[in-house]
Amino acid sequence: MITASEDGTFLHRYSNGLILLAEAMPWVESTAFAVAVPAGSGRDPIDRSGLASLTCEMCLRGAGERDNRRFMSDLESLGVNWHDSVGSDHIRLSGACAADAFPQALGIFADVLRRPRLPRDELENARQGLLQDILSVEDDPADLASRELRRRFFPSPFHRPHEGEADHVRAINWEEVREHYEKHFRPNGTILGVAGKFDWNGLRDQVGELLGDWSASEPCPIAETPQQPIIWHVDYPSQQTHIAVAYPSVPYDHPRYYEAVGTVGVLSGGMSARLFTEVREKRGLCYSVHATYKTRPRMGAVICYSGTTAERAQETLDVLLRELIRLREGVQDAELERLRSQYRTGLVMHQESTSARSGALVHDWHLLGRTRSLREIEERIRGLTTTAINQFLRDHPPRSFTIVMVGPKPLEVPRDVLDANAS
Amino acid sequence: MTCLTQTLANGLQIIAEVYPDAYTLGIGFFVRAGSRDEPDELAGVSHFLEHMAFKGTPNMSAAEVNLAFDRIGAAYNAVTSEDVTAYFAAVLPEYQDAACRLLAELMQPTLPPDEFAREKQVILEEIRMYLDEPPYGADDLCQAKFFAGHPLGRSVLGSQESVAGISADRMRDYHRRRYASNNMVLAAAGKVDFESLVRQAEVLCGDWESEDVDRVLHPLEPAFGSEVCVKPASSNEYIVQLSEGPSGHNAERYAARLLADVVGDDSGSRLFWEFIDTGRADSASLSYSSHEDAGVFALTLSCEADRCAANMKRLREIIRNLEDNGITEDELQRAKRKVCTSIVLASERPRNRLFNIGQRWLLYHSYQNVKERLEALEAVTVADVNRVIQRYPLSCHATVAAGPLATLE
Repeated sequence: MITASEDGTFLHRYSNGLILLAEAMPWVESTAFAVAVPAGSGRDPIDRSGLASLTCEMCLRGAGERDNRRFMSDLESLGVNWHDSVGSDHIRLSGACAADAFPQALGIFADVLRRPRLPRDELENARQGLLQDILSVEDDPADLASRELRRRFFPSPFHRPHEGEADHVRAINWEEVREHYEKHFRPNGTILGVAGKFDWNGLRDQVGELLGDWSASEPCPIAETPQQPIIWHVDYPSQQTHIAVAYPSVPYDHPRYYEAVGTVGVLSGGMSARLFTEVREKRGLCYSVHATYKTRPRMGAVICYSGTTAERAQETLDVLLRELIRLREGVQDAELERLRSQYRTGLVMHQESTSARSGALVHDWHLLGRTRSLREIEERIRGLTTTAINQFLRDHPPRSFTIVMVGPKPLEVPRDVLDANAS
Repeated sequence: MTCLTQTLANGLQIIAEVYPDAYTLGIGFFVRAGSRDEPDELAGVSHFLEHMAFKGTPNMSAAEVNLAFDRIGAAYNAVTSEDVTAYFAAVLPEYQDAACRLLAELMQPTLPPDEFAREKQVILEEIRMYLDEPPYGADDLCQAKFFAGHPLGRSVLGSQESVAGISADRMRDYHRRRYASNNMVLAAAGKVDFESLVRQAEVLCGDWESEDVDRVLHPLEPAFGSEVCVKPASSNEYIVQLSEGPSGHNAERYAARLLADVVGDDSGSRLFWEFIDTGRADSASLSYSSHEDAGVFALTLSCEADRCAANMKRLREIIRNLEDNGITEDELQRAKRKVCTSIVLASERPRNRLFNIGQRWLLYHSYQNVKERLEALEAVTVADVNRVIQRYPLSCHATVAAGPLATLE
């Protein structure tokens, strides 16, 4: 099936289930890609947290005819700027380069997907690198707060740290890495997004040659267990107390998603937003305070963070939580108006980045089963009303808070917030 | 793409890189005021003043400033370094005038007493936030040690004590001297209406006063040696090593930039293969930055404490090998590809170009478009890089480590 829409986006679904999405941006000189493979940390066996991360690391140590060094130097010679990351659902590779180097770069990454060497004698090096990553989270109390919040707020398997648990990582053997690769690297469930300067027919044919005969396999189900809201303190000898708060929201594919992100924009979009104004501008309590919307399949969340000197941390927590509760009373027209302007600029700026667009194509397809044009998003934002947002807030009031504090002493959670958690 | 410049009667310089096809524009004021211009007792005043710029102007309260920027959907912020304080916004072309007007407001802060007291607390929180993050202040300590009394050794944030001691009157005096019309540049990049920008600058900034303002430039006489600050709760040891590099006036800066990539880029570099690929360290990098009167290479390494001694030995060997044998043609070519690609990708966004243009015009009164910058990098030879290695040996460094270890040996 091939579709080409009037806004310059293309879709091709290969017979093995692989999805290719592309968005033409003929005014740029570069091409960017993102590929998501359904082999993320949510697939880690219960006693092998970190297997997906270790597998990703091993896949990048040579593929096809290239060993580790050749792989790296060929990408450098092509001038490819690339990254890898592991999330709950996917192992994700992304990159950008000059448009004329892109076909060669794509060939190299196709080898990573299909013919990684998984060099047995490099497993120990890869493991040591991952263990260092796990350890370094402990040295940054803000990162630690974020990891502990995720662990307590999200249901299994999304609650796991993507980098894994040190004890588990130490126990992983090479056969388990190979098995993770063989089970989860498959074309059905893999999404490739391309944005920038390219020739669509040539791109579609090249991806077909590289990945069209990759055999599909059965996806393994992911087990989810719900998590209970919880309040948690990690004793830490830091200067500041680092506060992280999460509460549930609707997922990305929910009909009221735009209302949900609208509420987060009122809390944290720009310097006139409520959290920045109340916590920092009016009271000078902190340097950093913000809220962001996060999504997982079937659930959304609002995650808030602030860090304040221990003596003033209680007031920061109180003000932060009061603002979350106050949001239930609704938002104002002027707040929505400012939000619309910010979105408009943000959407236009998206058109200036091939990497941002290729990533968005893959993200949308994964969570919506389709892509959204910038025009569609703009229309939805323009159509938002305070009435709709306030109705959303009545139906989905902020509550069921998970609160993590990392610092020298625990803080008291106000009574009314605890009551709100129960209501 | 065209570069246009103009200077107002009061010395305010305007520069714009105009691309008619761009979707947005970046606009900002670049002020020649940074931590290097501060007297001891006012350490941190440039950065504190940057915060106070948003806290009230002759025509607007702090809340009104935030509201006005958000209303036009601007992506805006400010940043202070050792050399420059920059205030900038990225906006849609229809908001060029509004963004320029708001940024011009910021240049005339009124420093209301209640806002001053409150913002001081915010800065103190910012200082503590950085003290909680690796490398736990080792970067500032190493800078002070290496620059040994040179103004570039000052911390941008200042210390908790120095910031606590700054008064609004002293800040006002500092502002009057440094934020003079002849000590700043108004820069723009992207879909810019230059004529309108100049007209507007004449109205908004034409009566700003110029000053007999100067910056004291010094030759660098770096200090070497090492120091350890013990941080018992940390599991990793964080190492910062500074050594001398070519200054921003020196044509060798291109070779220095490529050298940093060959030795310490986050993939495919010598440090990468030695420490990251092998899992011996959590991170290892070399970067290069330049100022008007000095340049500096910054090497960082973080690893588990019990691997530290062996890693430091390996690091010394890498540097010795580099100084004995230089780099290879193949390494140089790969570094050029990486650096040039990242410049091209970044320059797709006007707001990224803004900084190159504004800062370079302010400090060096020179302009370079993307093509010229790429050509300068492409022209670098292995011999050029090897000359930089000999002139600026990485083995002569100041080192500060923060972590559980009492000694690095």
